[in-house]
Amino acid sequence: MGSKEKKASRTSTGIFLIMTIPVLIYFIFEAYLPMFGALLAFKQFHFARGGFFASFWSSPWVGFQNFKFLFTTDAALVMFRNTILYNLVFIITVTVCSVALAVCINELLNKKMAKIYQTMMFFPYFLTTIVVSYFVFSFFSMDMGSVNGILTHLHIHTPVNWYAKPVAWPFIIIIVNLWKGIGYTSILYLATIVGIDSQYYEAAVMDGASKWQQIKFITIPHLRPIITLMVIMALSGILKSDFGMFYVIPQNAGALLPTTQTIDTYQYRGLVTLGSIGMPAAAGLFQSFVGLILILTVNKVVKKFDSDSAMF
Amino acid sequence: MGRKNKFVAATSIGPVANVILNIIIAIIAICCIYPMIFIFMISISSEDALALHGFKLIPSAFSKAGYHAVMQLGGAQLLQSYMISIAVTVVGTAIGIFIMALYAYAISRQDFKYRRFFTWVAVIPMMFSGGFVPMYLINTQVLKFNNHFWALIIPGLVSTMYLLIMRTYFKNSIPPGLVEAARIDGADEFTIFFKIVMPLAKPVIATLSLLMAIGYWGDWYTPFLYITKSSLTPLQALLYQIQANIQFIANNAALSQSPTMAALVKNMPTETTQMAMVVLATIPIACAYPFFQRYIISGLTVGGIKE
Repeated sequence: MGSKEKKASRTSTGIFLIMTIPVLIYFIFEAYLPMFGALLAFKQFHFARGGFFASFWSSPWVGFQNFKFLFTTDAALVMFRNTILYNLVFIITVTVCSVALAVCINELLNKKMAKIYQTMMFFPYFLTTIVVSYFVFSFFSMDMGSVNGILTHLHIHTPVNWYAKPVAWPFIIIIVNLWKGIGYTSILYLATIVGIDSQYYEAAVMDGASKWQQIKFITIPHLRPIITLMVIMALSGILKSDFGMFYVIPQNAGALLPTTQTIDTYQYRGLVTLGSIGMPAAAGLFQSFVGLILILTVNKVVKKFDSDSAMF
Repeated sequence: MGRKNKFVAATSIGPVANVILNIIIAIIAICCIYPMIFIFMISISSEDALALHGFKLIPSAFSKAGYHAVMQLGGAQLLQSYMISIAVTVVGTAIGIFIMALYAYAISRQDFKYRRFFTWVAVIPMMFSGGFVPMYLINTQVLKFNNHFWALIIPGLVSTMYLLIMRTYFKNSIPPGLVEAARIDGADEFTIFFKIVMPLAKPVIATLSLLMAIGYWGDWYTPFLYITKSSLTPLQALLYQIQANIQFIANNAALSQSPTMAALVKNMPTETTQMAMVVLATIPIACAYPFFQRYIISGLTVGGIKE
């Protein structure tokens, strides 16, 4: 009896191991090999005969030289500044606007209309960055864009070549990001608001609370945990950026680099366009390393104040 | 009853405030779909009207020239790209969901000795990655992704997030007694997985399949990195290609070799053809989306990675 059970569990273990094989292979090639390949940030990589691994072994170690070079360039300053500032502004704009929107939608008397509005606002979530880049082009094209159309029609300004005007792009990108994310994020907040017990509001009305006071003292405090969670999760990705947003939407315009280059576009341009390896690899490893520290820190913080929401 | 109604009335906003809020929210909602309408209107504008007045919501003259050009020159490429997108979406989603379900089931079982180890194998890549350079070099130099159909599928096959959602579902929603009973009846783990676990996990499988399918359908980044052949270019990548070079749509067909076709390619109305392509590539999905929006929202709000 005992030995039969033991045998059964041993064969189960074998089957479980077989079940893990396909995904394990995926992780080995798509996650762990690149992780080990990140060591080339410490090498002066040269392509040699015999493929990638042979080149990897034959390239000399150079310590932190790639990092040193990287951080003495102006490019590093620009891309780190852009990535961090964009993320901070994204977090603030999306959070404030979608909380406000969720509160407003919740107040609408006609629930059917509220559903229709939500469906419309969720629409951008389905669009790819490529399609969005056409939208942006239809507004900011120099010859035909509607923004230049309005400017010339009202005699405010002669047509502007927006794709050569770096100053304008922080605003454009921030608005596009808000436009794309507001419907989706406000739905998450709305789900929490709908779940608030109506007795709180009834009691507040008994005490003579105005609508504004109800929002301030009941709705917002109930939203605080999820807002905090979303914000600190977003903060852990502060060195990451959406490649499409910064590469495709500005249509890879060289003149826009000062305000559109991020750590991710730098790695792509460095490797694929310019063919250099050391500095882009160093930038990527630095980005990942800081990301790891941030995630571990954030998880610790979340655990402390709301252990249910911690990741692990 | 009466008391309750009074409370509802008192906690609600007044009619004037309601109208104002409705107007504000309606404007925001319209802003969210306006660009799509705008693109559609450009696609049916006449090229002369565009040259004269630029992009207008109500063009001064309408024309089918853009759609005409797509049908004559880009029809074959558009169809080919649709086929590639559909193939990638179906194959990728099916394989991905299947192998993730196997893995998730194994690590969901308390009696699997190495479940902690395999859980960490999945979680670590979510926290730390090698960065773009080694990923790109391994995919192109070692795995030879360039212009290969499987290059479109492999990078998106597995997501730790989905894996962990599945594991949590298996663990919390499959009664352990059922599995135990099947085992006593002599069923092996594969039989249990296919006959008991998968049917019971239908809701989570369906939601995650939908999210994954949307991911594959909209993926332009993978083809952007690895595909240059027009016969392997999916829809979104095609839209990206024609943004820089509208001639790309005529690449697939041998059409451009005949002199009349070459003239057609040369005189193609650039803007309206581009916008017509965007409309033809986007509208089918846009029409379907209100129907599965509900499932996506339910999918987005599931979560929980912890054991």
